[in-house]
Amino acid sequence: MADERNRLIHTFGALAELGEEVSNKQSFNETMRTSLHLLLGSLAIMRGGVARYSPFGHELSMLAMRGIREDFPLTLSLCQEDERQFLANGLYPIEVSQAKVLPFFQVYDQSFEQSAIELFVPLVIHGETVGSVFLGRKATGESYTTYDREIICAMARHVGVAIMQRNMMAELERRAEENRKLYDNLRMTYNDTVKAFAAAIDRKDKYTEGHSVRVGKYSEIIAAELGWNEQEVEGAAVAGYLHDIGKITVERKIINAPYRINAKESSELNKHPGVGYEILMPISHPYADVPLAAKYHHERLDGRGYPDGLYDREIPYIAKIVNLADSFDAMTTDRPYKRRRPANEVFEDLQRNSGKQFAPEIVKAFFKGMYNELTGETKEKRFRRLLGREYMETEGIVPMLKNALNGVAPTSPLTYLAVDK
Amino acid sequence: MNTEAGNVTTCAVSKQAVVNASNYFNKATGEAIERECKVKLQEGCDELVLNFSQTELVNSVGVSILLGIIDSAKTLGTKVVFADVKQDTIDLFDMLGVSRHVTINI
Repeated sequence: MADERNRLIHTFGALAELGEEVSNKQSFNETMRTSLHLLLGSLAIMRGGVARYSPFGHELSMLAMRGIREDFPLTLSLCQEDERQFLANGLYPIEVSQAKVLPFFQVYDQSFEQSAIELFVPLVIHGETVGSVFLGRKATGESYTTYDREIICAMARHVGVAIMQRNMMAELERRAEENRKLYDNLRMTYNDTVKAFAAAIDRKDKYTEGHSVRVGKYSEIIAAELGWNEQEVEGAAVAGYLHDIGKITVERKIINAPYRINAKESSELNKHPGVGYEILMPISHPYADVPLAAKYHHERLDGRGYPDGLYDREIPYIAKIVNLADSFDAMTTDRPYKRRRPANEVFEDLQRNSGKQFAPEIVKAFFKGMYNELTGETKEKRFRRLLGREYMETEGIVPMLKNALNGVAPTSPLTYLAVDK
Repeated sequence: MNTEAGNVTTCAVSKQAVVNASNYFNKATGEAIERECKVKLQEGCDELVLNFSQTELVNSVGVSILLGIIDSAKTLGTKVVFADVKQDTIDLFDMLGVSRHVTINI
């Protein structure tokens, strides 16, 4: 009686530990090893092993073994008949010596005999074979009792559930990886499409071919210098690429006019931000502010911009970035009615208009990006590629940028409050 | 010759190896003892003595590890002795049939 009670305490102790073990977040292989120890130790079984079943390869792969011979196969193949019988048997021990009618036990008869395997337990969980347990004889030398088999089933079920959970996790990880790749491909397609659009926009205006791409690049540089994360920087670039998409509806003769356009033509041209917004809004962009950049990239901090005459804090931040990038490119590109301005004049202009047209911190970020490149702090040669080496290496630019970086205030000197209109 | 490794101390006298177990024979301590025993078996001792004088409790993992040690020793023809085993532990070994495979000295 005392013996039976002690046996119960011992086996239930093992069962409790096994329950804890399979819900542990440690390595799966370690869990299997410990689980096997608990199963073997609960009934003092001399040797045993645990295997995982792969339905694709129709084979069992050993996960953990103790006391089994080194030449025991690490993978064991199952035929359809074996699979059918194991499923029908369910999670219950099969006496190896009495199951030789099945191909599985015929093929591996010698291996089982040499390692003295007496019981084979298919791990059938929710109607699916996920693995198996191999068990040798008991240390007592006695046959397995009904009680022993019930304990084995209870413990094997825990092991089977652990294997099933592991399989599900592996499948989840595989699908997550697949989704990640799909998402990356979609992103690439989106970015390529955006660049193609930018090129199409620019082709309408032969004098500013490459303008949208350059504005995209400048916007990207500014966003990076402001410390934005990778996705936000990409969003700024896209906003730059697409900021002038509304020009698709503007007559070519207005865009390509070799003279300063008149008021009527100007009014026509000034519709392009609103049109750009209308074009971009229905699209589900990965970066939500892209349409806003198109609509407001001609607004100014002092309220003297268009289309809506917004003031500082009313202007979406992305639009402020694109505004600077757009203006900088306009000043540093040849137009039909004017040549590009010298670098020092452009920098003075940006500084003078910092706080009026441009946000001071954005001007500073832009100067910093340029300064870092010219002084070799960064190995990238983005400005040189976009503006030309000669333009960038004009004498005096570096000290000018340094002074500007020291002198530009972090907050706007003119804070325009929103006015009730 | 005495060597120490954590809770496991080993003495080798002629071809007898003595491995001292800690007070709780579980997975962590059991694996350390198993490693030490394997070394001694590979070195070629005739008798492997496991000293249980400090051991209060052996859990199921511990039992499994001990069976593994016994199996390895048997393969090499080495006798296994459990020394200074507490009565509770002897009762457990008797119940599980472990005692049949070793010599137990109280």
